[in-house]
Amino acid sequence: MAFRPDPTFHATAQLAMQAPVENYGFTVMLSPDGAQPDALAVVDLNPDSDRYGTIVNTLAMPYTGDEFHHFGWNACSSSLSPMSGHAFLERRYLIVPGIRSSRIYVIDVKDPLDAKIHKIIEPEEVFEKTGYSRPHTVHCGPEGIYVSTLGGGGADGTDGPPGVFIMDCETFEILGRYEMDRGKQDKHYDFWWNLPQNYMVSSEWGLPPQFENGIVAEDLLANRYGHSIHFWDLRRRKNIQTIDFGENYQMALEIRPAHDPKKSYGFCGVVVDTTNLQGAVFTWWRGDDGTWQSKKTITIDPRPEAADNLPPLLQGFEAVPPLVTDIDLSLDDKYLYVACWGLGEMQQYDVSDPMNPALTGRVELGGIARGTPHPGGGAFAFGPQMVEISRDGKRVYWTNSLYSSWDNQFYPGQEGGQMVMARVGDNGGLTLDPDFYVDFPKGYRAHQVRLEGGDCSTDSFCYPNV
Amino acid sequence: MTALWGAVLLSGVYHGVNPGMGWPLAVSSSLMDGRGQAMVKALAALAAGHLLAMLAILLPFSMMTVLLDWQTEIRVGAAALVIAAGAYLLISRRHPRILARVPPSRLVLWSFLAAMAHGAGLMLLPIYLGISGTEPGEAGHAAARELMGRNIGSAFVVALAHTAAMTVAGGVIAAGTYYYLGLSFLKRTWFNLDLVWALSLILVGFSGLYLAISGH
Repeated sequence: MAFRPDPTFHATAQLAMQAPVENYGFTVMLSPDGAQPDALAVVDLNPDSDRYGTIVNTLAMPYTGDEFHHFGWNACSSSLSPMSGHAFLERRYLIVPGIRSSRIYVIDVKDPLDAKIHKIIEPEEVFEKTGYSRPHTVHCGPEGIYVSTLGGGGADGTDGPPGVFIMDCETFEILGRYEMDRGKQDKHYDFWWNLPQNYMVSSEWGLPPQFENGIVAEDLLANRYGHSIHFWDLRRRKNIQTIDFGENYQMALEIRPAHDPKKSYGFCGVVVDTTNLQGAVFTWWRGDDGTWQSKKTITIDPRPEAADNLPPLLQGFEAVPPLVTDIDLSLDDKYLYVACWGLGEMQQYDVSDPMNPALTGRVELGGIARGTPHPGGGAFAFGPQMVEISRDGKRVYWTNSLYSSWDNQFYPGQEGGQMVMARVGDNGGLTLDPDFYVDFPKGYRAHQVRLEGGDCSTDSFCYPNV
Repeated sequence: MTALWGAVLLSGVYHGVNPGMGWPLAVSSSLMDGRGQAMVKALAALAAGHLLAMLAILLPFSMMTVLLDWQTEIRVGAAALVIAAGAYLLISRRHPRILARVPPSRLVLWSFLAAMAHGAGLMLLPIYLGISGTEPGEAGHAAARELMGRNIGSAFVVALAHTAAMTVAGGVIAAGTYYYLGLSFLKRTWFNLDLVWALSLILVGFSGLYLAISGH
């Protein structure tokens, strides 16, 4: 326990934006065939460093086959909550779940150049204490560390619904399930919340048999992936409302609430509309009567393409679906970044008016049947996927892998892990930095990026901007 | 006696400035609401919860004052309880998770639980017993009822005075943060008082022990 709050904790999103910029990025590397252990790569992001834009440390795990995906911090600005009194935790450990193995690593990155494994939670412990499997999104909040899961019990993760479990924020012991009343929720993906307003929002991908061995085309065409989001009374742990976007809106993934806790709205990205292959973003908000509402506010059209240029999965459609697989909101709640993993584009929308997003910037990179190379000359496998924004909103980083078996289906024959960065103009706009290009070691793909000191998809703020 | 009343107020100020007793909640309430008025409401709720927590500790002891022959034992026992609570907080530096289950709309409950979990009432206990202490044999058993009434009354006065001092101290910081200093002040002034707090309990406990044994 420190004597003063961690300097990377900020009362408001505004204060976080003014804080010193990131010196390091942490990116998980996965071995798609499990031939090598997955690893955590530390990327130097300090432009004054000789090793800027290179991997300066790699910590390999002791096991293979984990499949790293999302991960998070043990503590963030939510520790300054006036209600839960964790102000003296340190932002020091990364909680990194293996989405395939259900193993969880707690990695000490106090010194990023000497990162070490602090604790390993074996899959059996996750199964036994929670009845869930395939841990995914990690957030730190009032009761400790919350981890969402994609699978329930049993070998294929379909024995009971998946959900969220809680870990102790100091000992990293699994405490148990979060839900007291899950209502209609039977699938899971992402979740986030507004701490002072005491609500949580969760989303749905699909059950493990629907993704582990690749996308199941019949399930997609029959609209059997998730298409609802759930609103929870955060502290009563109760589902208070479920909004169904409509069954054609398949795979409602990332939940991005406004960072300013005074606002009662946020966004959710939908991978594909099965009626027309469009990608979509929904805005959700609390209406005057207190109930939750939602509306599709961004649609992105598919691109027609000759069948010969397409992977077998898409040949029948003669089009490239945008595949909105990740979205991220800048700390000033102004720009929403939308990764179009199929199209090969990163789009930037001005969402100052959350009901009327305006396209303000876009960058082409990779993409199905397009494969736009990086302006620095390097190749970019797959498409723009996991996106992370610097706290000051000026730099946007992203990697390219979606999920091992899905990469192989949508981009057969492609391989590689890259991380790139685009700069944001003073009045919006997005330009790739030709000099920033991280090529991960052969045999590895890259997934989520976390920035030293917090970023735009980790920290929850307890006080409104002023 | 003046020193003891001073201690009642001082402990109130001490609790008030401690962020763990809730002044940041008053700031957040007013900011979320966008009006300074919300701060008054929040401070009132925090005060009510704190007052209840003080009374929950002081009242049972005020009733025990009828056991005239056991005054010293009761005061020694109370002091031991306070020292034990301090020692517990010193060794077990875990956070009371129950606080995390209270919704932000229930500030009275939150304040009550926060005060109970931190042993805030216990810190006041030896001071109160010092104030209400009577010389053994000063009054006969016939006066017990009157004495108890008087001690219950003084428990209320002590709890109210302490809570008033706490609310004023917390309110000044909350208002200062809200109107003048801004939220960057919050982080700059948030010190880890866990250790100091636990030691304070032990110190107050030993003072109580000394007062009880020396017959003050």
